Amino acid sequence: MTIDNPVLSTDHSQASADEAHSHGGPAAAGASYADRFASTDPAAFEAPTGREEEWRFTPLRRLRGLQEDAAIDGSGIQVEISAPEGVVVEQRPVEASDRGISGYVPIDRVSARVWASTAEVTVVDVPAEAEIAEPVFLTVTGQGEDTATAGHTLIRVGAHARATVVTFFEGSATFAENVEIVVGDGAALTVVSYQDWARDAVHHSNAHAVIGRDAELKHVSISFGGDLVRHDTTAVYQGPGGGVELLGLYFADAGQHIEHRLFVDHNEPKTRSNVLYKGALQGQDAHAVWIGNVLIRPEAEGIDTYELNRNLVLTDGARADSVPNLEIETGEIEGAGHASATGRFDDEQLFYLRSRGVPEEAARRLVLRGFFAEMINKIGVPAVGERMLAAIEAELEVAMSGELGVEA
Amino acid sequence: MSNLTISDLHVTVETPEGPKQILRGVDLSINSGETHAIMGPNGSGKSTLAYSIAGHPKYEVTSGSVTLDGEEVLEMSVDERARAGLFLAMQYPVEVAGVSVSNFLRTAKTAIDGKAPALRHWVADVRESMDALRIDPSFAERNVNEGFSGGEKKRHEILQMELLKPTFAILDETDSGLDVDALRIVSEGVNRAKENTGLGVLLITHYTRILRYVKPDFVHVFVDGKVAEEGGPELAERLEAEGYDRFLAKA
Repeated sequence: MTIDNPVLSTDHSQASADEAHSHGGPAAAGASYADRFASTDPAAFEAPTGREEEWRFTPLRRLRGLQEDAAIDGSGIQVEISAPEGVVVEQRPVEASDRGISGYVPIDRVSARVWASTAEVTVVDVPAEAEIAEPVFLTVTGQGEDTATAGHTLIRVGAHARATVVTFFEGSATFAENVEIVVGDGAALTVVSYQDWARDAVHHSNAHAVIGRDAELKHVSISFGGDLVRHDTTAVYQGPGGGVELLGLYFADAGQHIEHRLFVDHNEPKTRSNVLYKGALQGQDAHAVWIGNVLIRPEAEGIDTYELNRNLVLTDGARADSVPNLEIETGEIEGAGHASATGRFDDEQLFYLRSRGVPEEAARRLVLRGFFAEMINKIGVPAVGERMLAAIEAELEVAMSGELGVEA
Repeated sequence: MSNLTISDLHVTVETPEGPKQILRGVDLSINSGETHAIMGPNGSGKSTLAYSIAGHPKYEVTSGSVTLDGEEVLEMSVDERARAGLFLAMQYPVEVAGVSVSNFLRTAKTAIDGKAPALRHWVADVRESMDALRIDPSFAERNVNEGFSGGEKKRHEILQMELLKPTFAILDETDSGLDVDALRIVSEGVNRAKENTGLGVLLITHYTRILRYVKPDFVHVFVDGKVAEEGGPELAERLEAEGYDRFLAKA
């Protein structure tokens, strides 16, 4: 899909009836992202009921009480660290960790409770001007414990440094975390959060990124596993000229709920953001939610933003909710656009491929691989790309087994 | 020598107002090496004939038959038809995101032949055909039809036809929207395929222009879902001079 019109271009050509969509402006529900209430005190938040805008898509009964009073003091998580030379990765007590340095303050009851329960912070420190070619790998493995575990990660990259930090999540767990990302002036950071959880895991994550002057952040969220994955990612700028690329790829199978909530706060002039999330869904009650909020503040002149969410619904019974939301408070912008498209396999594409002799099943595979190929290229971390390809192939096996009622 | 025979073909298409009859008894027979031009005004059912033979799910055959060397084509799936030797060059080829032309061509060739082509010959064949059709080598790495101009899409269709070597090809208004240079390049591709493989061609067109480059052996005029008149190349010349008015007046 190509969209040339830079201002508020929007494409509903393939939108399904399932899809909610808002165009921002003061009247739009949920547009008050800028004024979100924030507090480190869990008691300052009411337990959500599911009627709130920010909780309306989440199946709260499957959050295992994280949003209410269930304990978050488990130790059901093991973190394995593989860091190249020049990067310091340590688990430090909260008091000695600079927690909160990004300006992050919890924005909901779960993250405030996590904040209150956190004892240790995983700190990834890349010194100024260090150019680290090899990625830092953190492997977070759930030990299958029922009690929820709290986590806090702080990734800090000094001025003009370059680094890549990849976190793999595996195993069974109820894991709730806060993540802070600080990108120094002129620095470039790639952060990958790869959910390869066992089918029964619950993962609640709130990430807050601060992008320095002329700095670049590429944030990648990949979700295959888990029962309920709910990630909220916020990006704000600290100085003009910064850029953020938010990429996401997800594959929701029967019964899985995968939710991404994004907020890009263009609070500085000449900043850029580009959001691209692509997902496939298959099986009964597979559910994907994507909320893409972008705010362009009055002072954010000359910014450029584009966000796109695409869902491929492979079977009946799966549902994708996609809500792009653009709030513009200045007229002096380079470009601002969004698009959301949720569709089935394109019959014309399948016909085209089959008319060249390619059997139906192979044609579907080709289209699905093609759908995700662009993401693998954009992510640009080979170790992640290879793992993703293998995971996509495994998902295709499920899709092609016919047990999910893929239409003939 | 192969033969494709269309007998008494009736086809409907689903519309919001219910099924609509488009083809009303088409009869046509074509042999290897022959070129049949199918001409007719807009809405006469020319494209429906093309898509019905290829097996597009939108079109329902209510009666009649299409046989390829005696085998009933209508009982075959879309991809079986292609593997049996039929090819449809589409008027509006579809984009396939994330699938490169080179991957697409190799996948199709492997499917048609039932085995992967020998790599060295294949690479040389692809390059040669692309050269002949003036397709820039960089197209091999581009996604199928994505960002292609109208002319590039049509040349890409003919490229596929040359490489897949079908027995019969249906060209659905391949000439529409082409400038003179592109028309000549595409026509040369069709003539090459005829010469090299004895391809039989069903050339669907609204205009006579392409018939200066691809010489038809037979001309069939389509009006209101069936063949209204048949003849040799001279019929095309008459249409060039007179247009379709006399057929429309009759219909």
